[in-house]
Amino acid sequence: MKEPLFHIVKRDSISWWKSWLIRLAAIAAALILCSVITVLLTGLNPMKVWGSLISGAVGTTRRRWMLLQGTAILLCISLAVTPAFRMRFWNTGAEGQVLAGGMAAAACMLLGGNLPGIILYPLIIVSSILAGAVWGVIPAIFKAKWNTNETLFTLMMNYVAMKIVDYFSQLWAVPKGSGKIGVINSSTNAGWLPALFGQTYLLNILIVVGITIFITVYMRFSKHGYEISVVGESENTARYIGINVKKVIIRTMILSGALCGVAGFLLVSGTDHTIASETVGGQGFTAIMVSWIAKFDPVVMVVVSALIVFLTRGAGEISTTLGLNKSFSDILTGIIILFIIGCEFFINYRMVFRGKHKEA
Amino acid sequence: MNTIPAIELRHISKRFGPVLANSDINMTVNYGEILSILGENGSGKTTLMNMVAGIYFPDEGEILVNGEEVKITSPRDAFQYKIGMIHQHFKLVDVFTAAENIVLGLKEDGKYDIKAAANKVREISSQYGFEIDPDKKIYEMSVSEKQTVEIIKVLYRGADILMLDEPTAVLTPQEIRKLFAVLNRMKEDGKAIVIITHKLNEVMEISDRVTVLRKGEYVGTVETDETNENELTEMMVGKKISLNIERTDPKDPVERLIVAHLNVMNREGMKVLDDISFVANAGEILGIAGISGSGQRELLETIAGLQPIQYGGIQYIRPGDGVIENLRDKTPKEIRDLGVRLSFVPEDRLGMGLVGSMDIIDNMLLRSYRQGRSVFLKKKEPESLADRIIRDLEVATPSNRTPVRRLSGGNVQKVLVGREIAAAPTVLMAAYPVRGLDINSSYMIYHLLNEQKENGVAVIFVGEDLDVLLALSDRILVIGRGHVTGIVDARTASKEEIGLLMTKGGHAS
Repeated sequence: MKEPLFHIVKRDSISWWKSWLIRLAAIAAALILCSVITVLLTGLNPMKVWGSLISGAVGTTRRRWMLLQGTAILLCISLAVTPAFRMRFWNTGAEGQVLAGGMAAAACMLLGGNLPGIILYPLIIVSSILAGAVWGVIPAIFKAKWNTNETLFTLMMNYVAMKIVDYFSQLWAVPKGSGKIGVINSSTNAGWLPALFGQTYLLNILIVVGITIFITVYMRFSKHGYEISVVGESENTARYIGINVKKVIIRTMILSGALCGVAGFLLVSGTDHTIASETVGGQGFTAIMVSWIAKFDPVVMVVVSALIVFLTRGAGEISTTLGLNKSFSDILTGIIILFIIGCEFFINYRMVFRGKHKEA
Repeated sequence: MNTIPAIELRHISKRFGPVLANSDINMTVNYGEILSILGENGSGKTTLMNMVAGIYFPDEGEILVNGEEVKITSPRDAFQYKIGMIHQHFKLVDVFTAAENIVLGLKEDGKYDIKAAANKVREISSQYGFEIDPDKKIYEMSVSEKQTVEIIKVLYRGADILMLDEPTAVLTPQEIRKLFAVLNRMKEDGKAIVIITHKLNEVMEISDRVTVLRKGEYVGTVETDETNENELTEMMVGKKISLNIERTDPKDPVERLIVAHLNVMNREGMKVLDDISFVANAGEILGIAGISGSGQRELLETIAGLQPIQYGGIQYIRPGDGVIENLRDKTPKEIRDLGVRLSFVPEDRLGMGLVGSMDIIDNMLLRSYRQGRSVFLKKKEPESLADRIIRDLEVATPSNRTPVRRLSGGNVQKVLVGREIAAAPTVLMAAYPVRGLDINSSYMIYHLLNEQKENGVAVIFVGEDLDVLLALSDRILVIGRGHVTGIVDARTASKEEIGLLMTKGGHAS
C-alpha cells in the first residue's frame, strides 16, 4: 500500500500579500490559458485579442463613462443582496426586485409625465423603492411564517416580475403592437435623471457611492447590522439572546428589496428611459456572484463589479471587431472568473506532496 | 500468548495546520491486555488511534502490526490487519437492524445473508456476554445497546485489536460495569484492547497498563498496579493539583424558581418533558443528572424561554420584595425586560451561547448591544468586559479581537461563563459546563459556580460526571426520559442510587 501522492491541508492563516499573490497568479494563469485557447481555436494573435478587449472597455471617454455606469448598477444590486446574504437568506430574486422597481419607475414616468418635477421625481423614487421592497418582502414573510424555501420562492418571483413587465410592454407599446414601450418622454425628458456637470451618468454613480457608504456603515456599525450577522451565523444564538428572528428576516428583506428598487430606478430613469423584461439582463444573478467573491465586503465589491463589467464590455468588443462569435468572448470571461473564484481554494488550503512532510 | 506486540508505534507525529496533534509518540499494545490511553481533551489521544484505524495518515513515523511495518490508509486496510475502532460518535444507520448494520459495507458476493449474520451475531454475543437482539432496529435502541452493536461490528469483521474511544462517556454506572465485564472477557480471549479515556477511576479499574499523553506528547507508560490517581493526574496535567471541590452549606436558602407540572413537546411532537416539578433555591446548587438526551437540554431551554410550553408553569420569585413573576410563554427578551436576571450557559457553546466567527468583544455585545437608544453599536464597555474576563479567568487568546472559534474548548467556555456571570444573575443555569475542558479549566468553572452560590444565586447545574455532581451539588434532581425520577440530597446519596434513578422514568419504549 502506498502513501497518497498528496494531501490537502487547511491553512491556519495567510498573510495578505501571499493571498493577493495567489490571486494575481490565478489571473495570470487564466490569461495564459485564454491565450492558448484563442490561438488554438481562432488562430488569431492573442495580444490583438487582449488589445481589443481593453480598448472595448476603456478605449474612449464614452466607454470609460459606460464602464463606470455599468459598474455602478452592478454594484448597487450586489450591495442590495448583501444584507440578505449575511443573514444566510439566499435571495436569488434580485433580478425580479430590480425589475419591479424599474417597472414602477417606468409607470410613474408614463402616467405622470405631465406632473411638475418636484412631485414627479419623489413619486418615481418612492414607488420604485416600494415596489422593490414589496417584491423582496413577500418571500421573507413566507419564510418567517411558514419556513418556505427562500431560494426557490425568490427565484420564481423573478419570472412573475418579467411577465408583468411583458404585459405592460404590450399594453403601453409604442407604436401599438410592437410589444415595446420605447423611450419614455423622449421629447420632454420628464422623469429622466438629469445630467450633472454635463455628464449623463454622474448622478447615477454618486447615488451608488452613497449607497456603498450606507451599506458599509449599516453592516459594520449599526445594531441592525449586528443582528443580521448573529442571525446569519447562528439562528439559535439569536433566539438565545432574544433577537426576534422573524422580524430581522422581514426587515432585512425590505431593505434588500428597496435597494434593488433603487437599482431599478437607476436603470429606467437614469439609463435606459424605457423598460423591457430583459432590462436587468441577468445582473441580478451576477450580483450574487459579486457579493460572494467579495465575501460580502462592500469595498471589495467595488473592485469585483468593476472587473466583471470591464470583462463583459471588453469581451463584447472582441466579438464585433474581430468578427468572432459572441460565445467566444463568453468563454474567455468564463475562464477568467472561474480562475478568480477557484484560487480561493489555494488561499484556504495548501497541498502537501508525498515525501515533503517536514515543510511547514 | 503472543510475545510480539499487537501494535507498535514508532516516532509518530501528526500536524493539523500549525497544531502539532501528536509529536514523536512511541508506544506498544500487547495481546491479552487492556491498555488505557489517558490524557486531557486535546492531548491527541483520539488522533493517535485514528491513525491506527486508517482515518488519518501520520506525517511521520511507523506503525507496526504484529511486528511488521504497515501503511494503513483507510479503515478497510485497518480491518485487513484485524484492527477495529469503536468511535465516540456511533456510525450506524438508524432504520436498519443491528444485524444489517453489522454486515453493511462487507464485501460479499451476491446478496447479504442477514439470517446467517444474525446467527453469527448471537454466537459472538454469547461468547463474550453481550445482550443484543440482532433483529432490533437501531432507533429503538438505548445508547448502551448501540455501543454494543458497534463493538460486535468490529468483532464480526474478525478484529483482534479493538480500540474504544471514550466508551463510558454516555453510559450509566450499571452499564459501565457490564461493558467492563465484556472487555475483560475479550482480554482473556487474547485480544488486544485499547481504551481512550480521561476518567481516572476507570483507568485504575479496568486497565493493565496506562499510556499518558499531554498536549500531543508522550509522557510515559505505567503499570496500573504500581501507580495511583494522584500520580496519573500529575502526569496528565504536568503539575500537582488538588482534586477537591469545596462545598459550603447553603446560606438561608429561599425559593427562587418554581417549576410546576411542566410538559413540553419537541418539534416532531414527541413529549420531551413530562410533568416536571421542582424548586430551585437561592444560594444552592441544584444538580441535574440523567442519561444524555433525557430532557435536560429542553428543561433549561424551556426555563430560558426558548421552547413553547404545552402545560405547566414557571414562576420566579423576585429577591427582596418576593413578588412573583410568571415566566411562562415569555421570550428571552421579555424575561429580561421583567428584570429577571437569568443567565444561561447552554450545552452548545458555539452554536447557541456564542457566535464562533465573531471576536470576544462582539460576543460580549450579545448580551448588551440593545442598551441605549443609538442605532449604532457601542463597543467601549464590551471591550473592557472582554479584557476583564480575559484577565480574571486567564483566557488564553492572542487578543480580544480573536474569533472565539479559534480558541480551545476551555477558553471558549471561560468566555461564555464569564459573560453570563458578568450579568450579575439571580438564576444561573449551566448545561454540561465542563464538557471537553481540561482539568484546570474544569476546576475553575466549579469554583465559579460555587462562588455564585455563595453570592446567593440559584445555580442549576446539568452534569454528566456523577462524581462531580455528588461533590458539587446540594441537591440532585434525576431526570429519566423526561420525568423527574427523584430528587436526592447530594451529601448522602450514592452513585449507584443515582444510576438506578437515571434508568427509571416510565413509558419504556
